[in-house]
Amino acid sequence: MNDQDTILSLSDVRYSWPGRASFGLHVPQLTLTPGETVLLLGESGSGKSTLLSLIYGTIVAQSGAVTVAGTDIAAVSPSQRDRHRAEKIGLIFQQFNLLPFASVRDNITLPLQFAPDRRRRVPAPGAEARRLCNALGLPPQVLDTRAGALSVGQQQRVAAARALIGTPPIIIADEPTSSLDAATQTAFLDVLFQQSQAHNTTVLMVSHDARLSPQFDRVLHMADVAQSVRGAP
Amino acid sequence: MIWRLALGSLAARALTVGMTILAIALSVALFLGVEKIRTGAKASFADTISGTDLIIGARSGSVQLLLYSVFRIGNATNNMSWQSYQDIAARQEVDWIVPISLGDSHRQFRVMGTTPAFFDRYKFRSGQSLRFQDGGTLDDLFDAVIGADVAKTLGYQIDDPIVVAHGLASFTKHDDQPFRVAGILKKTGTPVDRTVIVSLRAIEAIHVDWQRGAKIQGQSTPADVIRDMPLEPQAVTAALVGVKSRLQVFGLQRTINEYPQEPLLAILPGVALQELWQIVGIAETALIGVSAMVVITALMGMMATIFSSLNERRREMAILRAMGARPRVILGLLVLEAAVMAAVGAILGLALLYLGLLIGQPIVDRAFGLWLPIEAPTLREGWTLLAVVAAGVIVSMIPALRAYRMSVADGMIVRI
Repeated sequence: MNDQDTILSLSDVRYSWPGRASFGLHVPQLTLTPGETVLLLGESGSGKSTLLSLIYGTIVAQSGAVTVAGTDIAAVSPSQRDRHRAEKIGLIFQQFNLLPFASVRDNITLPLQFAPDRRRRVPAPGAEARRLCNALGLPPQVLDTRAGALSVGQQQRVAAARALIGTPPIIIADEPTSSLDAATQTAFLDVLFQQSQAHNTTVLMVSHDARLSPQFDRVLHMADVAQSVRGAP
Repeated sequence: MIWRLALGSLAARALTVGMTILAIALSVALFLGVEKIRTGAKASFADTISGTDLIIGARSGSVQLLLYSVFRIGNATNNMSWQSYQDIAARQEVDWIVPISLGDSHRQFRVMGTTPAFFDRYKFRSGQSLRFQDGGTLDDLFDAVIGADVAKTLGYQIDDPIVVAHGLASFTKHDDQPFRVAGILKKTGTPVDRTVIVSLRAIEAIHVDWQRGAKIQGQSTPADVIRDMPLEPQAVTAALVGVKSRLQVFGLQRTINEYPQEPLLAILPGVALQELWQIVGIAETALIGVSAMVVITALMGMMATIFSSLNERRREMAILRAMGARPRVILGLLVLEAAVMAAVGAILGLALLYLGLLIGQPIVDRAFGLWLPIEAPTLREGWTLLAVVAAGVIVSMIPALRAYRMSVADGMIVRI
């Protein structure tokens, strides 16, 4: 498989938390291709957070290679990793995604601040924020609203717009729908995929909720992807 | 946008931020106020006398002589004799000499006996002369010229009668010789404003029926009889002297200080003022030190506020980190925030200072005779404000560095 077909790959990655010798993670192989939507299922405590931190580059594996959009993230400096993350990965968290005091517009355009390449792809950030809001089913007047004033469902859509702006090649969503009811969950994923597919964006979503499986191209189980290493590393 | 985020974050914590800014503003206003009063007092003192080369009085301390002769603060321990006065007046170096006789009062104001030459020779604020607001100089024996504050406080007008009391807080009044207000001086911002000026002869005249500080019982000399008396003074309190040539000042000073017939003291007003500053300087420094400590305390308060906000703002910092903000952006954001708080506090402090000056100026003037000018901020004040902001930035580095370390350690894991 060459780099053209791989947007994210982890191979033979080993990581153990410093000072916590009893817990580590081993990922033999994980590969995502451009444009696919992948659901990674796992219970809490299965090492999901550690796996994501490895991809984000906030922690670096002791061995093995983590390659995000063609860059081996162990090979670059921490500040380059921050920049790389901003450029290549759109992020959606479980909850409390937004700066509550800032306007929705500022929240959506925030990643452009730290990702010049994404910024370059968006000639008019204000207009793009408006377009994304519209596409994600948010009324245009929310743009000037304080993000903290929105409902949880609306906040997650704003977070999705923020992840989508400037078309990063990967979107990683960490339990983005767990605070939403079932109908809203499905609608949320529908609009998210609509937008991601328009730019051939890979979506990796982490969840414990198997009911979402039908909406994804591929479903992985945490237990198959990674082995938790317990006891001596 | 970073600006907007910093301001938005501050606005979200409006109450604590507002309190912090208020504390900084008050401390800055205090600091600038102390500075203003200090320089105002200094300028006011320095402006009180000019054009006088020497002040002569009985031997005491030079600061004491300056204080009682010019500022009407304290009392003379001794007088100089009229004989000595005339001796000095006759010296060829002396261009002009004006006697001053103090010791009586009218209500809360001091009465000064002098000669009409005083109105020509006394200069203040780099060479300005006394001017009459109303009426004229001393013509009759029982004429009095009053300062602007005397007229304003007591509501006197030309031709009003006034009665002079013996001593300063005495109840024995010289009510058998009422004076007439002949002139009212324009405001000068000097102790002259709070002085009742009469002729030197008049001081003698009101003491005709007095002996050793008490009225002689049953004796009352009619005014027209007094007018015909010689009324030569026995002594004067001090004298202001102008010399013909500046070069002679030191020679004359030495001659007077070594005057064999009587222990006298001659001082240069400027030099005596310098001595006064040296004495006051310690108190000044203490005052500046205390107000600077208040500013530092307010900045420490800001630091504490930032520290305590760090925990509740972990989420905010994690979101910024997740969006690709480097830890040093987090650091910069906190320092920027502190700079904004300090700057707003400093500017608000300046505004408070001017508000305080607007309200306090007439009060301070009335109570202490101290005129605080309302002027555009000086360069020195500008530097002070800048220093406050700089100190705020430096102080905020401590919590900012902690946030930096926290955001490196936390990464982007959102903790609630």
